[in-house]
Amino acid sequence: MKKLYKDPVNLIVSGVGGQGNVMVSLVLGNALVAGGYFITIGETYGASQRGGSVMSHVRISSEKQFSPLIAEGQGDIIVGMEPVETLRMLKQFGNMNVVTIVNPRPIHAVDLIGSGAGAYPDLPKLLGQIKDLSAKTYVVHATDEAQKMGNPMLANMILIGALLKTGLLPLDETALDTVIKEMFPKAVAPNIKALKAGMELVSILR
Amino acid sequence: MANIDINAAGQSQLFIGNEAIARGALEAGIGFASAYPGTPSSEIIGSLAEVAKKQNIYVEWSVNEAVALEAAAAASYAGLRSLAAMKMNGLNVASDFLATIVLSGIGKKGLVLMVGDDPAAHSSSNEEDSRAVSKWLDIPMVEPGDFQEAKDMMKWLYELSEEIGSICMLRSVTRVAHARGNVRLGEIPATEHKARFENILDPRNTMPTSIMTIPTPLRHAFQHMKLDKARARFEESSFNRYVGPEKPDLLIITCGSGWLYAQDAVNTLKLESRVGILKLGTIWPLPENLVKKCLARADKVLFLEETDPFLEATIMEYSSSLSLESRRNIFYGKHTRHINAFGELTPDAVIKAIAAVLDIKYEVRDAAYVKKIEAVPQDYIMERMLTFCPGCPHRASYWSIKNALMMDGRGGFVTGDIGCYSMALGPAGFFMNRTHQCMGAGSGLANGFGQLWRFGFDQPVIAVCGDSTFYHSIMPALVNGVHNRANFVLVIFDNGATAMTGFQPHPGTELTAMGEPAQQISMEAICQAIGARVEICDPFDLKATTATLLDLLEQEQGARVAIMRRPCELVRSKKEKPPYKVKIDPEKCLGDDCGCNRLCSRVFRCPALVWDPVAGKTRIDEVICSGCGVCVDICPEGAISKEEVVLA
Repeated sequence: MKKLYKDPVNLIVSGVGGQGNVMVSLVLGNALVAGGYFITIGETYGASQRGGSVMSHVRISSEKQFSPLIAEGQGDIIVGMEPVETLRMLKQFGNMNVVTIVNPRPIHAVDLIGSGAGAYPDLPKLLGQIKDLSAKTYVVHATDEAQKMGNPMLANMILIGALLKTGLLPLDETALDTVIKEMFPKAVAPNIKALKAGMELVSILR
Repeated sequence: MANIDINAAGQSQLFIGNEAIARGALEAGIGFASAYPGTPSSEIIGSLAEVAKKQNIYVEWSVNEAVALEAAAAASYAGLRSLAAMKMNGLNVASDFLATIVLSGIGKKGLVLMVGDDPAAHSSSNEEDSRAVSKWLDIPMVEPGDFQEAKDMMKWLYELSEEIGSICMLRSVTRVAHARGNVRLGEIPATEHKARFENILDPRNTMPTSIMTIPTPLRHAFQHMKLDKARARFEESSFNRYVGPEKPDLLIITCGSGWLYAQDAVNTLKLESRVGILKLGTIWPLPENLVKKCLARADKVLFLEETDPFLEATIMEYSSSLSLESRRNIFYGKHTRHINAFGELTPDAVIKAIAAVLDIKYEVRDAAYVKKIEAVPQDYIMERMLTFCPGCPHRASYWSIKNALMMDGRGGFVTGDIGCYSMALGPAGFFMNRTHQCMGAGSGLANGFGQLWRFGFDQPVIAVCGDSTFYHSIMPALVNGVHNRANFVLVIFDNGATAMTGFQPHPGTELTAMGEPAQQISMEAICQAIGARVEICDPFDLKATTATLLDLLEQEQGARVAIMRRPCELVRSKKEKPPYKVKIDPEKCLGDDCGCNRLCSRVFRCPALVWDPVAGKTRIDEVICSGCGVCVDICPEGAISKEEVVLA
C-alpha cells in the first residue's frame, strides 16, 4: 500500500445536482478500497437531482475509518465540476495547502423574480478567486472535451483522469481501468478514453 | 447499488450503511423482507430485491409500513428469519401493530425492525428519534456507529431476537445509512427455508397458545423479563467500547454517527491523552454496569448523539439512582446547549462543544486565509434553489393548477403531501401548496375544509398526492370524502414510480420488487368504485388540463379526482431519447421589452431556460434540456418552438 501524502486525505467533489457527483466519488472510492485503504464518503442529500449545490466528501486513510463529513477548513483536494460550486467549497473547506481541479463550464442557477439569483459572476474573475484561494489550481475544460466526445456526462471521467495525473492519490491507471470495467460494463471504451483525455489535459497544464 | 451478495468473505467492499445492513441480513440467513420506501432506509430492500431470486428469499415493497411489519411478523411465525425496514415516519404508521407484537411475541425465528432516522430532515418533513419508541414500547434496540457495525449488528440481532423471543430494532441515522465506508464481508449461509405455521390443534404444535396479547399485564411483565435478558447480553457486547486514557479529563458518551465525529474531533484537537470516548452500540435497555464503570473515570461527561438527548436523559436519570458518593459527574450536552437539540451533528459542532467544555481555543484556519475568504464578493456564490428537474411533469401540472385556481378566482388553494411535489411550497410549484405535513395529511385536511361551506367557507380546495402515496394513505381519505360528500378535488400525480425515494414500484406498477409481473391496481378503477368522478389528464397538455381542472372545481359535488399521468422524467430519459429539439428564436424573444417579466426563466423556471444577460434574451441550455417542449406553450410571443426528433 502506497503511503498517503497526509492521513487522512480529505477530498471534496462539488457540483450541481444531476452532474454526477456521486459517481465520481464512487469510482474513486471503489478504486481506493480495492487498494486496501479505508474510505468514507458523505454526501449532500435532497438536492441530488434538483439543481441544488451538491458535494461529496471522500476521506482516505491507510489507518482507520474517518467520519463522513470534513470539518471546516480541512479540505486537501477539491474537484469542482462547476466554478461557483468550487468557490463555495473553498470558502468553507479551503486552506493554504488546498489543491483545486476545476471544470470552468458554468451551470446557471434558476432565476426568480426579485431574487437576482440568475446573475452569474464574471467567469475570469471567478476563476481568479479560485486560484487565489488554492495552493495550486488546474483548470480542466472537462465539459468542452466531453461534448467533443459526444456525451457531456463524460466530463466526470475526464476530471477523474485529471486528478489521477496530479499524483495526489495513491491510484494508477490500471486501478481505475478495473473499476471502470466493473461499474460501466456497457461503456468501457468511452470512459477509458475520457480518463486518458483528462490525464493529457493536466499534462499540458503542467 | 452495490452487489450485496458478492461471494467475497474476508474482503472489504465499499458499501453505504443500508447496503451493509442488507448484507448483514443475508449473512443472518433471512428468508423474508418487506418495507415501504422512505429515505434513509430504501436501499435495504432495494439491494435485497436485486439478489432475492438468487438467494431464494422473498422481498416485497409493501403498500405501507404497517402491512410491511405485519407481513414480516407472519414469516417469523412460520419459521423464517424476517426483516421489516422503514423510515422514522413509517414507524409511526406501524406503531399500532408494533405495540402489540411486543406482547404477543414472535415466532421461533428472529424478527428485526430496521428504522432509518433522518436528523436535519434532509429528505423528511420532520425530525424524529426512534430510540424513544424502543423505550416507550419495551423493545431492545441497537445503533451502528459505522459501516462494519451496520452489517455485524444486523446479523447478531437475529441471534438476540431468537434468544429472548422478542422483536428487536436497529436504528440508523442518515450519516451512517447513506454514507459509504469499508465493510469486511462474512459468509452468506446456504439456508433451506421451510415455512409452516403450527396450528393450536396440531399435535406437532410447539407453540403453547395462539398469538395474542392477553393476559396483557402478565405479558407486559414477560417483556420486561426479556428486556432484562437483553440488558445482560448488552453488558458484555463488543458493540460497546471505551477508548482513551484510564482517567480522562472528559468522558464523551456517544452512539451512531457521533462515534466517528468524536474520534475525528479528538484527533483534530490533539486531545487523545485528555479525552476518553464511551461508544454505545446497544442503546436500550441501557447496559447500566458498563455505564457506571465509565462514569467513574471522569467528572465531566459530554453526550454526542442524534437527534434527541436520549442517552443524555437516560444516563442522567440512571446516575440519580447511584449512591451519593459516586454521583460526581457534571453532564454536558443538549440540555446545557453545548450541542443543539435539533438538526444533525456536524464535525464542527462536535469540535466546538469539546473545546467549550475543556475551555480550549481552536483556530479553524490561519488569519491570512480567512482574510482572503472574506474578500470573496458575496454575490459570487449565489444560492441555488431546488426545483423540479427539466421535463418534470409536476412543473407542468402545477402550471395548470395555478392557472385554473386563478381563473376560478374564489381564492382556492392546495393542500399538500409528501413527495417531490412538496417543492410546490416554493417557487418550483409557484407557491401553490399551502400545507405540508405527513403522508395523507393533505387529503385528510381537504375532508375538513370540504365541510366548511356550512360556515361560509367558499374557497375551492385541491388536495394533491403522488401515485405511491395514493395507495399508501389516501384511499381512506377519499372514501371518507365521497361518503360524507366533502367538497374537494383530489389531484393524483401519477408518474409511475415512487420517484422521491428512488423509483420503487408500487401497487399501480407492472412489476414487483423482485421484478416479477404484478397484478396492477388501477387507481382510476378504485376512485370510480368509491363513487368519485374521475378525469385523466396529460399534464403536458396545459390547455386541456387547465380546462378539466376548472370544470372539476366548478362541479362542487363531493370529492372528485383528476389524475395527472406522465412518467417521471428521470425514468423516461433512461429509456428514450428526448422527444423534441426545443429552440428559442432570438428575433421573437423580446427579452425585458416584452413585459412578460421573463415568464419562462423566472416564473416557469425550468432549469434549461437560461437568461443570457449579454444578449438580453432567454436561451436553452442544451446539455440539460429534456426536450419535453412544454415551454413552447407558455411564451406569449411564441418565441419557443419544438421540432420532433426523428430517430435515425
